[in-house]
Amino acid sequence: MSTPAIVIAACCVITAAIKAVGPVALGGRELPTWFTSVVILLSPALLAALVATQAFANGDHLAIDADTAGVAAGGLAIWRTGSIIACVVLAAAVTAGVRAL
Amino acid sequence: MAGGILALSFGILAREAGFSNVEAVVFSAIVFAGSAQFASVSIVAAGGGAGAAIAAATLMNSRFLPMSAAVGPSFKGGPLKRAAKGQTVVDASWALSSRGDGTFDEHLLIGASAIAYTTWVGGTLVGAIWGDKLGDPNSFGLDAIFPAFFFGLLLNELRSRRARGVAALGTAIALVLVPIAPPGVPVLVASLASLVGLTKQARAEVLESEEAEGAPR
Repeated sequence: MSTPAIVIAACCVITAAIKAVGPVALGGRELPTWFTSVVILLSPALLAALVATQAFANGDHLAIDADTAGVAAGGLAIWRTGSIIACVVLAAAVTAGVRAL
Repeated sequence: MAGGILALSFGILAREAGFSNVEAVVFSAIVFAGSAQFASVSIVAAGGGAGAAIAAATLMNSRFLPMSAAVGPSFKGGPLKRAAKGQTVVDASWALSSRGDGTFDEHLLIGASAIAYTTWVGGTLVGAIWGDKLGDPNSFGLDAIFPAFFFGLLLNELRSRRARGVAALGTAIALVLVPIAPPGVPVLVASLASLVGLTKQARAEVLESEEAEGAPR
């Protein structure tokens, strides 16, 4: 099987299981507090790492380039306007603009 | 609308990462989890293996465990029906259908998810099929759309000081590992920053907010 096929099949099974476990098995019982606490903090940890690696990494070295500028502009847009559309459109436009220079 | 743009760019970037048209659309149709799909595709695009891509997607989707557990008691029907309804839990519709007293409107949840699903799969289809005709997606800055979207989600997560600290720690871990670890691994190791949640203080705050949610307003 190709890498994409393996990734898709595994993600499908795992995601379905994650979403089914709560409603079926727990039936209203609460999850342990330590678990919820870690899961809540997984989002900021993962998102920050994804933003950092995609904005600053080119393969195995760190670099500040067009997409760094684009992502920064997108961040500024969402901070000022709260709009995710403005954020992604501006990020793409700034990146394309800097690249075209 | 934002969902449509993201779905389009997902279709285009999945093709760039080596997914076929069909694979890109099937991914959206059977997984239906934007940030997990983005995370795994970007790891594959960076040259990471299937294992790292799957692990990142699983961590990203782990939030659905407490979310769907919270909705569970609001679902009617037997175990199979409840398992099927659990599949409709996605961030936006989950938040929308919350009544604020710990219960959820299951019809609103399923309805909102159905609309989001159509947009997501349709947008991926359009992006995967017609993305090629655009030429080089990098000249349109499409590669900045994923990280910018993640940045937007991240800024919404940074309400507490603890979340900001965890984000800073995750960033530092990832950047230090980029030059020395294989692609995909920096993101996975950075997720360990969430273990800050095991501290007594962090757990006490979760308990407090749960009690606040359970109380009638």
